[in-house]
Amino acid sequence: MAEADITLSGLTKQFGDMVAVDDLDLEIPKGGFFAMLGPSGCGKTTTLRMIGGFEEPTAGTVNLAGTDVTNVPAHKRDVNTVFQSYALFPHMTVAENVEFGLKRKKVPKAERKQRVAEALELVQLTELANRRPTQMSGGQQQRVALARALVNRPQALLLDEPLGALDLKLRKQLQLELSRIQADIGITFVHVTHDQEEAMTMADQIAVMNEGRIEQLGTASELYDTPKTAFVANFLGTSNLIDAKVLSRSGEMAEVEADGGARLRVPASVLPGSDTEVRIGVRPEKLDLEAIDDGSPSANGDNVILGHITDAAFVGVSTQYVVHTEGGDELQVFVQNSADHPPNLGPGRRVAATWDPTTTFAVNREESDGA
Amino acid sequence: MRTTADRIRTWLLGTWSLLAILFLFAPIFVIVLFSFNDNQGRFNFTWQGFTLKHWKEPFAVAGLGEAMGTSLLIALFTTLIAVALGTFVALALVRYRWRGRGATNGLVFLPLATPEVVLGAALLGWFLTMGLVRGFVTVLIAHVMFTLGYVVITVRARLEGMDTHIEEAAADLGAGQVTTLWKITLPLLAPGLAAAALLSFAISIDDFVVSNFTAGQTVTFPLFVYGAARQGVPPQVNVFATAILVIVVCLMFANLAWQRRAARKEGIPVPEAQPLGI
Ligand SMILES: Nc1ncnc2c1ncn2[C@@H]1O[C@H](COP(=O)(O)OP(=O)(O)O)[C@@H](O)[C@H]1O
Ligand SMILES: [Mg+2]
Repeated sequence: MAEADITLSGLTKQFGDMVAVDDLDLEIPKGGFFAMLGPSGCGKTTTLRMIGGFEEPTAGTVNLAGTDVTNVPAHKRDVNTVFQSYALFPHMTVAENVEFGLKRKKVPKAERKQRVAEALELVQLTELANRRPTQMSGGQQQRVALARALVNRPQALLLDEPLGALDLKLRKQLQLELSRIQADIGITFVHVTHDQEEAMTMADQIAVMNEGRIEQLGTASELYDTPKTAFVANFLGTSNLIDAKVLSRSGEMAEVEADGGARLRVPASVLPGSDTEVRIGVRPEKLDLEAIDDGSPSANGDNVILGHITDAAFVGVSTQYVVHTEGGDELQVFVQNSADHPPNLGPGRRVAATWDPTTTFAVNREESDGA
Repeated sequence: MRTTADRIRTWLLGTWSLLAILFLFAPIFVIVLFSFNDNQGRFNFTWQGFTLKHWKEPFAVAGLGEAMGTSLLIALFTTLIAVALGTFVALALVRYRWRGRGATNGLVFLPLATPEVVLGAALLGWFLTMGLVRGFVTVLIAHVMFTLGYVVITVRARLEGMDTHIEEAAADLGAGQVTTLWKITLPLLAPGLAAAALLSFAISIDDFVVSNFTAGQTVTFPLFVYGAARQGVPPQVNVFATAILVIVVCLMFANLAWQRRAARKEGIPVPEAQPLGI
C-alpha cells in the first residue's frame, strides 16, 4: 500500500448514548480513489465530518499527511469537502463561489482568476461562470461544488454522497467524470456512498462500514470474491452462505462438511483461524445446475450439493433459481441463458448445484446478520 | 356550475370585505385629507376648503418640529441597537447550544405579550428605583427593550431556514468565524435584517404608552399630539402623520419587492412575504 494520507486511530463519536462511529482504525492511501461504503446511518457522514473538522471526536485521532489535526479547526485543515447538499453560496456567482477559498488563502488576484478559470474548465462550466448557483440544475451545482473544493488543491477531497441527489443517468455520467478528474489531478478522494455499484465502479479501495465500524477493506474484486463477513457478502451483491465443519486443512484446499452432509472443498487461505465451525459462501452466478433424474452427477472436482428447484425466474440474460438443498439451505443460482443452457429446468426438478471450489469464500461464523 | 346562491354569496362577501376595508381606512383617509384643510381657529374637525399652506410650513407650530426630531432620533437609535443586539441573540439561539437557551427562547416573546401599560409602568418603577433621570435615554432603553423581541423572532426565522452546511462550507474553504459571519451569514440574513429594522422603526416612532411612562420632560411626536389634542390638534400634525405614513408604506413595499427579488435569485423560499416579516 502507498504512503498513508489520512490515518484514523481509535476514532469514536458518540451522540448521547448513540455510538455513531465506534473505535475506527483506517489508513487511506495517498493519491487514490477511496470509497467508504455502507448502509444509511452506519456512520459514514460522521466519520467524514470528523476528518473535515466539523465534528469533534469523542475519542481517537485524525492524522493528515502525518500531522495530528484532531484539535485543528476546520478552516485550518488542508482538506476540502463536497457536501451532500452542495452548500453553495446562493448570494454569489459561480465564479465567486469558486474563488472564495483562494481569497481566504490570500492568493494574488491574477493567479486567482487563472485558477478559477482552470477549475471551471475542469468541470466544464466555463460558460456559466457568472450565473447564480440557484439558476442551475442539480448536476451543474454538483460540478460547482467540486470546482470550489478542487481549486484549493487540497491534500484530500472529501465527498459525502455527492451523486445521491441526482437521477440515475446523470449519476452514471458524473461517476465517470469524477473518476477522470481524480485520475487527472491525483488528489486523494474519499468518496462516501451507500451505493455498492458506485463504490465498485469508481474506487481503487473500498472500506465497507457497518454500525460505526469498518467491516472490511479491499479492492472491489477482493471484497466481492472473498468477503470476510456475512454483512459484506450480502451488502455487495448476493451470497449463498452455508454452515459447515472443517474436516481437514492439509494443503491448499481444506475439506469441510456442510450441515446437510455434502463434502465440499474450500481454499485453505480463506478459512478464518483454526475454527472447526465455519460458514462458507459462494456467489449465485458461480453455481451451475445439472438435472439428476438419471443417476449421479458428474463431479469432476467440483463442489456438489444436491437439492430440488423451488423457484425459477427467467430474467433475460439469466435464469434465477432457488434450490432447496438436502441440508435444508436455500441456494440462489443464476444461470446464464446461453446456447448450451436452455432454460428448461422447472420447479420440482431434482438438481445438483455445482461450482469450482476455488471460488468458495468463508465468513465469520458468529456474525449472522446480513444486509 | 354557478348557482344563483353562489352568485349572491360572492356578491355579499365582496360587499362585506369592501365595508371592512372602508372601516379600517376611513380614519387614515381623514387624517390625510385634513392635512389639506384650510381650517379657521384652533380646531381642525370640519372641512373648510383645500389648502397647501400647512404643508408649506410644517414647523409653524411651536415644539412640533422638535418632537418629530426627537422621535426620529429615538426610532433610528432604537433600530440600530435592537437590530444589532437582536441579530446576535438570534444567532446564539439558533447556532449554539447553551444553558438557558430554552428559557431565552421563550423569554424573548414576553415583552411582545405583555400589555404595554404594564410594561410602561414596570419600566417607570424600575427607572425610579435605579434613580435614572427620565428622558431621551430612558425612552431609548424602553424602546430597545420591546422591539428586541420582534428582531429576534424575525431574524431567527430566517436563520432557521438557512442550510447550516453553507456556513460549514465557508469554514471548509478556510474562512474563520468572523469572516464567515461577514461574508456568508449576514449577507444571507440581509432581507430578514431589513424587515426587522423596518419593524423596529415603525414600532418605535409611533409608540405612545411606554414613552408616556418613561419620557419625563422629553416630548416625542406621539406625546406632542396627545398633549395638543386637548386644545385642538394643529393641521401640521396631520402633515407629519401623513408624511410618516407615506414613508413607512413606501419602505415596506420596497422591502417586499427586494425580498421577493432576492428570493427569486437565491431560490430561498421566503414564506409568504409580508411587509413586516412576521
Ligand atoms: N448531530 C447528531 N446528533 C445525534 N445523532 C446523530 C447526529 N449526527 C448523526 N447522528 C446519528 O449517528 C448515526 C450515523 O449517522 P451518519 O454518520 O449520518 O450516517 P450515514 O452518513 O452513514 O448515513 C445515525 O444513527 C444518526 O442518526
Ligand atoms: Mg450520510
